[in-house]
Amino acid sequence: MSNPAEASREPLIDVQDVHYSIGTHNVFSGVSVRVAPGSITAIMGPSGTGKTTLLRLIMGQIVPQSGRILAFGQDVATLDRERLYALRQRVGLLFQNGALLTGMSVFENVAFPVREHARLPEPVLRELVLMKLQAVGLRVAAELMPSELSGGMSRRVALARAIVMDPEVLLYDEPFVGLDPISKGVILRLIQSLNRTLHITSILVSHDVQEISAIADRTYLLSGGTVVAEGSPAQLKSADSAVVQQFMSGAPDGPVAFHYPAPDYYQQLLQR
Amino acid sequence: MRVSGLHPLDIRAGVIKVGSVARFLVRVLGQCLPALSRPQLLVDQIYNAGARSLVIIMLCGLFVGMVLGLQGYQLLARFGSESALGVAAALGLIRELGPVLTALLFAGRAGTALASEIGLMGATDQLTAMEMMAVDPVRYVVAPRFIGGIVAMPLLAAIFNCIGIYGTQLVGVVLLRIPAGTFWSQTGSAVDLRDVREGVIKSLVFGVACSLIAVYEGYYAEPTAEGVGLATTRTVVTSAVLILILDYVLTAAFL
Repeated sequence: MSNPAEASREPLIDVQDVHYSIGTHNVFSGVSVRVAPGSITAIMGPSGTGKTTLLRLIMGQIVPQSGRILAFGQDVATLDRERLYALRQRVGLLFQNGALLTGMSVFENVAFPVREHARLPEPVLRELVLMKLQAVGLRVAAELMPSELSGGMSRRVALARAIVMDPEVLLYDEPFVGLDPISKGVILRLIQSLNRTLHITSILVSHDVQEISAIADRTYLLSGGTVVAEGSPAQLKSADSAVVQQFMSGAPDGPVAFHYPAPDYYQQLLQR
Repeated sequence: MRVSGLHPLDIRAGVIKVGSVARFLVRVLGQCLPALSRPQLLVDQIYNAGARSLVIIMLCGLFVGMVLGLQGYQLLARFGSESALGVAAALGLIRELGPVLTALLFAGRAGTALASEIGLMGATDQLTAMEMMAVDPVRYVVAPRFIGGIVAMPLLAAIFNCIGIYGTQLVGVVLLRIPAGTFWSQTGSAVDLRDVREGVIKSLVFGVACSLIAVYEGYYAEPTAEGVGLATTRTVVTSAVLILILDYVLTAAFL
């Protein structure tokens, strides 16, 4: 868990006062997130607060209007394609739906990044892929096609693919969404063991309070385009902010209103 | 609702689109050389675009040839020169009908398959996933399909021509009793290498146009079911119009 020494270390991913908007919609107005090496950092928040957008900013897929995002000390927005790709080889991303390549088998999916970036003899590659599949408990599925997998299995295969290049940082986009409790537990254990045994710095985007509380070292709660709270899960639970309390307890109404902002109901009904 | 298609009179949007296709072409061409280092990917795509279109190309070729045989015989018989049927059909097929009809069929069969495949890969995050794995989807997905289409088109057109001439022969020689010797010798002596060259160049140009439109529409399709459907439709419509325009330009250039 987090300790003072860890907090003082140079962050691996450093999001500094990022502003980002799509058209007139303001997604972020001054978000800062620091991810210490070897930690599990969770980004939480209600749906539509731009959690996934934050991951896309970190991966350099989109560029913020102002503010900086440093990954391994490099400003992501200023990198050319070649250096951005070099950076992405050190960072794995687990997509919400797995995003497996449907035209190839599970084995080939996991082998894909290695085949693209390294020249390994076939027997070595086979061992490597089987090892990663073993790590997620799906060695048996090696010859299956992605269409033959369940949602939970797809995500585990995608996880095997995300770790096959031994990344230093892994980003998880909603890893628990749509999974049954057993699969959730499996993914939870995998995230934790990857972090502990391989020392992979992990950034989790999620709104599963219970799961996050079990593993995160540090949690950032996003709402309304800013970080409304940060700290360990325990600190967040005992925070006296109404927004934080509403989110952590899952109350349907509160500072985050049940109704999205809309014109007056009575007025709208009378309009023709 | 946003209208994704082009209004016929919206010249500005048209120019912008042409520019964006040209930029995409430059990007694809830049990735063609690296893509050549993956022969397996290319073979797969030549198989997809070429071998899988074979049956429809051969069937259409046969019937176009047979129709040419009937119509040509009727026409030539008026001038008492039925024996020139082989020449008329072969020249018509090799220089004009072969490349154009093959390209139209190719756009319908292979072009739509390419556009919808790439479009769906985009809609299911597969292209983004590749980018996140530091693999350029233009190199891995687009370039091999583009090259595959360009390689397959002239080959398909050649097969279309052969089957077409065989179809004409079926009608002319077997059905209408033109002597086989006359049919083949006249055809052989009248068809020049220049005619074949014209056909090959046309089919190559059509191959580039069809493949480019298909991969462009697929790559930039909206990531929704409706978007992929629209991209597929636009692929066929744009390809067909462009093939006929290009055909006129090329024919004029060859005269």
